[in-house]
Amino acid sequence: MRKLFLLFSFFSFFWACVLPVNAAIEVYQFDNDSQQERFNNLSDQLRCPMCLNSNLSGSDAPIAADLRAEIYEQILDGRSNEQIIDFMTQRYGDFINYRPPLNSGTFVLWFGPLILLLAGLLIIWRMGKNSQKLTPSELTVAEQQKLNDILASKK
Amino acid sequence: MRTLLNTPLDGTDLNPLLQDFGLIVHPPFLYMGYVGFSVAFAFAIAALLSGRLDAAWARWTRPWTNAAWAFLSIGIALGSWWAYYELGWGGWWFWDPVENVSFMPWLVGTALIHSLAVTEKRGVFKSWTVLLAIAAFSLSLLGAFIVRSGVLTSVHAFAVDPARGMVLLTIMLIVIGSSLLLYAIRAPAVKGSASYTLTSREVLLLINNIILVVSTAAVLLGTLYPLIHEAIYGEANRVSIGPPYFNTIFVPLMGLLAFALGVGTFSRWKKTSVVYLKQQLSKVLIASLAFGIVIPVIVTSEFNISVIVAVVLAFWIVFSIAKDIFNKTSNKETFFKGLKALSLSYYGMQFAHFGMAVTILGVCLTSHYSVERDVRLAPGDSETIGNYEFIFEGVSLQQGANYQADRAVITVLRNGDEYITLEPEKRLYYATQAIQTEAGIDVGLFRDLFTALGDERGDGSWVVRIHYKPFVLWIWLGAIFMAFGGVLAITDKRYRSKKTVKQSQNESVLSGSSSSKPTMAAES
Repeated sequence: MRKLFLLFSFFSFFWACVLPVNAAIEVYQFDNDSQQERFNNLSDQLRCPMCLNSNLSGSDAPIAADLRAEIYEQILDGRSNEQIIDFMTQRYGDFINYRPPLNSGTFVLWFGPLILLLAGLLIIWRMGKNSQKLTPSELTVAEQQKLNDILASKK
Repeated sequence: MRTLLNTPLDGTDLNPLLQDFGLIVHPPFLYMGYVGFSVAFAFAIAALLSGRLDAAWARWTRPWTNAAWAFLSIGIALGSWWAYYELGWGGWWFWDPVENVSFMPWLVGTALIHSLAVTEKRGVFKSWTVLLAIAAFSLSLLGAFIVRSGVLTSVHAFAVDPARGMVLLTIMLIVIGSSLLLYAIRAPAVKGSASYTLTSREVLLLINNIILVVSTAAVLLGTLYPLIHEAIYGEANRVSIGPPYFNTIFVPLMGLLAFALGVGTFSRWKKTSVVYLKQQLSKVLIASLAFGIVIPVIVTSEFNISVIVAVVLAFWIVFSIAKDIFNKTSNKETFFKGLKALSLSYYGMQFAHFGMAVTILGVCLTSHYSVERDVRLAPGDSETIGNYEFIFEGVSLQQGANYQADRAVITVLRNGDEYITLEPEKRLYYATQAIQTEAGIDVGLFRDLFTALGDERGDGSWVVRIHYKPFVLWIWLGAIFMAFGGVLAITDKRYRSKKTVKQSQNESVLSGSSSSKPTMAAES
């Protein structure tokens, strides 16, 4: 029975985690539109630390609401986007930022696609060059016979 | 059992997010897409086993691949549309792992469609085409594994079960491992012998393939990288990879693809004269630059470079299509006779390409020009966005079948005249005690009006989300065009009539041997 109860509470917890994807809707008053836009961008780019996979603007979780309030305060205090992101990263690590930092650990992530694209284009270029130099291969005896038959039948 | 706590009277109910029509049709479409690629996969394996990678194999694979791809296009679009109206966040794509794993087979499937064209018509890139067919199906399996096993955290994973994950992983490894082994043994023997130049249609389709495969690789990398990073650097140093990363990598790649699409439209098999390409493309380029720069600047009276690039590319695609159709009909007596003479598969291609232009416009314009307001409104208050005034009339309690809802009534005025009433809801589902928003949306061809209801503030006022989203419908409209293009290509008469198929197969055998070998001699 205890097990069942644990199972049940586990699932309640699971629901609690899953469901707050419903967008959080709050009202913040800003001095100007650019502050509003910065607030939207930051709460889009920063991740809700307790949710499965949603940003601050997409989460109803209390922690996400706290962090949105924090961003709001800091924007009104005149802090820049970088300062706010640094503050969040110091608290929660890179995990909070949906834009991974560029360092040795993420070099492949950021430059892998570009390297792959260049390599692919280089291969195509070489294939195209080589193909022009291709010499025609001879027909086999059977193919030549078939060709002759077809040509003969067309007459 | 009598000591069991909280025995629910009605059972636990389906997750309220899924109690929606969109979720009835979305999974079967996706499923048809994923499973459809198994046909292309089976053909590829059969061709490898028998050693007969010929034009017939490519021809048989093409309609099946188109069908799977069309289903997947609709499936993904439905999922995105559902997220847009059901989650109440006003977004439509989040690069979530579950979204990504449906997108990867689609990208590779798109590459496969193009590479099959080359393999059928020209008999080259055979082993590459086989590899793409294997990859499309393998990525579908990878998708099933990622979604069902819970290795990656996602908001969309609804039936996570590690035990099932192990089974799926085993199936996936067996299928991928054995097919790649077979490929490694058999593929090196396969060689195309036709020649082509750097400006040939072959090479342009290969460029399409490279861009799509690199895009897939980027999506795969971004999806799995958090796992890799965590394995190397430990749980304390986890990274998150989300929209800022994917958009930075993916958007330029799609720009490149759109550019190549225009060039590819005018290219010819074997060899395209550079002079001809320049002559065709210069007109298209001038027209698309003119329209793409002037229209956004006039309409928005600002110079936003990323919007202009996207609009220019969309016009670039559209004008290429128009010019190509014009070229292909100009030798007939009348334009309509010319149109009738063009094959359905040609129209399929052009429809799908047009769909890409439509989606580019939708994505770009809605991302840049959406107006998003979260406001606090008491009954009688209003909020104005552009020509639209949203008047908040109040909230009433409604009873649903298995939920109760706070339903707001928002009257929208356009230029002062009554236009429409939107009724966003906030529902409380009894069984799970889950709260769920239902957005109130007025769908329009050029803009959506999106409203969602937030919390009540003690004084009788409510927090309301009001979005004005220009061209958002075009994102999914483009997908419908693409899928329709796929269907048109399947219905081409060469697949329909048995007699025609036989005849053209003979022809392709003929042209296969004559174009790949003797014409070479003629050329050199």
